[in-house]
Amino acid sequence: MYQYDKYDHQMLAERVIQFRDQTERYLAGNLSDPEFLPLRLQNGLYIQRLAPMLRIAIPYGLLSSKQLRKLAFISKHFDKGYGHFTTRQNIQFNWPELEDVPDILAHLAEVEMHAIQTSGNCIRNTTTDQYAGVSADELEDSRPFCEAIRQWSTFHPEFAFLPRKFKIAVCGTKIDQAATQVHDIGVYLIKNSNGEVGFRILAGGGLGRTPVIGQEIFEFVEKRHLLTALESILRVYNRLGRRDNKYKARIKILVRETGVEKFRSLVMQEWSQIRDGPQTLTEEEIAHCKSFFVDPFYTEKDDAPEELTAALKNDVLFNSWYQRNVSEHKKSGYAIVTACLKETGVAPGDVTDIQLNYLAELADEYSFGEVRISHHQNVVFADVEQSELYAFWKKLKTKSLASMNLGLLTDMICCPGGDFCALANAKSIPIAESLQRKFDDIDELKDIGNLRINISGCMNACGHHHVGNIGILGVDKKGEEFYQVSLGGSSQNEASIGKIIGPSFAQDEIPAVVEKIIEVYKNSRQNKEPFLDTYRRIGIEPFKEKVYAKAD
Amino acid sequence: MQKLIKNGQLTQDYWTILREATGPEVLKAVPGKNFIVPLKFWKLYQEDLADYAGEVAIWLDSNENANDIGSELASFSLVALNFPIFSDGRSYTNARELREYHKYEGEVRAIGDVLRDQLYYMSRCGFDAFDLRSDQNPENCLTAFADFSTSYQATISEINPLFRRR
Repeated sequence: MYQYDKYDHQMLAERVIQFRDQTERYLAGNLSDPEFLPLRLQNGLYIQRLAPMLRIAIPYGLLSSKQLRKLAFISKHFDKGYGHFTTRQNIQFNWPELEDVPDILAHLAEVEMHAIQTSGNCIRNTTTDQYAGVSADELEDSRPFCEAIRQWSTFHPEFAFLPRKFKIAVCGTKIDQAATQVHDIGVYLIKNSNGEVGFRILAGGGLGRTPVIGQEIFEFVEKRHLLTALESILRVYNRLGRRDNKYKARIKILVRETGVEKFRSLVMQEWSQIRDGPQTLTEEEIAHCKSFFVDPFYTEKDDAPEELTAALKNDVLFNSWYQRNVSEHKKSGYAIVTACLKETGVAPGDVTDIQLNYLAELADEYSFGEVRISHHQNVVFADVEQSELYAFWKKLKTKSLASMNLGLLTDMICCPGGDFCALANAKSIPIAESLQRKFDDIDELKDIGNLRINISGCMNACGHHHVGNIGILGVDKKGEEFYQVSLGGSSQNEASIGKIIGPSFAQDEIPAVVEKIIEVYKNSRQNKEPFLDTYRRIGIEPFKEKVYAKAD
Repeated sequence: MQKLIKNGQLTQDYWTILREATGPEVLKAVPGKNFIVPLKFWKLYQEDLADYAGEVAIWLDSNENANDIGSELASFSLVALNFPIFSDGRSYTNARELREYHKYEGEVRAIGDVLRDQLYYMSRCGFDAFDLRSDQNPENCLTAFADFSTSYQATISEINPLFRRR
């Protein structure tokens, strides 16, 4: 992973000093609430329902065991012993004291971590595929380019007061696992007709109140032009994005209101001024960024070793977990393992200090001391030897980290919702839990197959409900919590926005509603067709009929 | 009290800002002063001001564009960019474009809601003068320019990004 040099360290140390001074001035009454607001937000600090919430960046999802241990320490000493992995490769702590935040940031800086620009109207943490660099279907590792973007976007002086927040995702794999098309800017590594690898760049995607799939701005740009291309888009947005209405301030609205053709020509006009300028990436810089993301010292091994095949034959539970949670590695003899943080009764994405320390221990023992956090709020061990998988699984089990529901109905995405968040209209964690309890049979879950349920407690859509195969959105109806259900969303390559099925439901109706939806799917599916394909083939009507049918 | 920072120092301000675009008689009433007038005002009355006994400069609001000044730009010794509220970030882009695209070399002054905690970023985007909001502590503001010792990006104050300097 990327290693800080003296410049990175120095800027980070200066940032901590700067925020300590700002916090002191605020607490002394020398900085007003509205003036402190963007300063604290750009250091990850929200004032929430119960306490401040601190959002810490996990750049493009990578964590070393040392960093995991530091997060465990912070959750134990400054929080209540747990943290929450978000859908954008961050970790949130829900109980820090405002006065302690500068100290927490100083602790993070020791392990090259920070909360810079994890919130506020600026360029946020850049995210990518959690399998980058090890996936068998990858065109090129996206992480070196994420690092180039991280440096360019960190403390960018021109873009610290954008009309609204701004999120960038980069994808280098065939199967898009980074929800790239619903980001303000989505960057795909692609190969052009000459066989040259560069970028296709989309802009104007996003969820929230108005979900939109991003539109193509650059069909193909050479690698060296990445940063100037991004800067041109940001400059047009900073100048022209709406500032009169916060709900219309995202770039998706600007692209829509301007029209993509016109928007593109404005971007090209800006780009013509800065392309080939000093921000153009040099070959040395690309090589430098790549040098941090080289393969670990793999040993030469064959696939399917005896230890693995025997265990798969003899241990049904292990076999079951293996089928769901282990993915193909580019290197023979190795496997990618996803530890699913979706145990029943635990809020999706929540992790305790004990688990964080244990993840660190396992990473050191089995996966070269690193893990990745996925946008589905799970933890990935990217380089586990196949011969060790059985022993590894047994260890995961001891700390409730061996759920075998990866990608299944109960592997839900869920925001913190009304239990924690000041913005939420409704709770979301109890919905997730009621579904986990309703669907608690692993064979039944496997029979239903790949299915994404995404739950958000409000229109801001932190739980990505628009792109869930089944999306659940908390709404407020005259002070009561109701839930709107949508079908057919997807954040993968054939991205789509879900359609609302009809009037909303009370909280206790949701498990039965989902059960009816699943019943329609099971009765209508052909062969091994997954839920989304069945939905796309038969449309929303059969589901609607079943869900709203009058009881006989 | 002095509240103008220029080139990293507190300095006497010899300019008066005309906030409203009224009529040319406003200036004529005080001959010999240096006025920073709204872009619109200048566009309307530049002929009336040709024989004005004092210097005239212009200011742009955040929704105006440096391109709107036109070919006269180089004749102004100062262009001021307004922050109607500190969280309106458009003037950062205007400052960069003045320097980068228009190669403007005169003074670029931040006016309006100009606060201590934004000075460093402003200076990196090409501002070299800062008309502080009246409640700001000028001595404390002078320290803002040293909040960071280096930066990642190519900007006006540092032409090369860090990766070309490492």
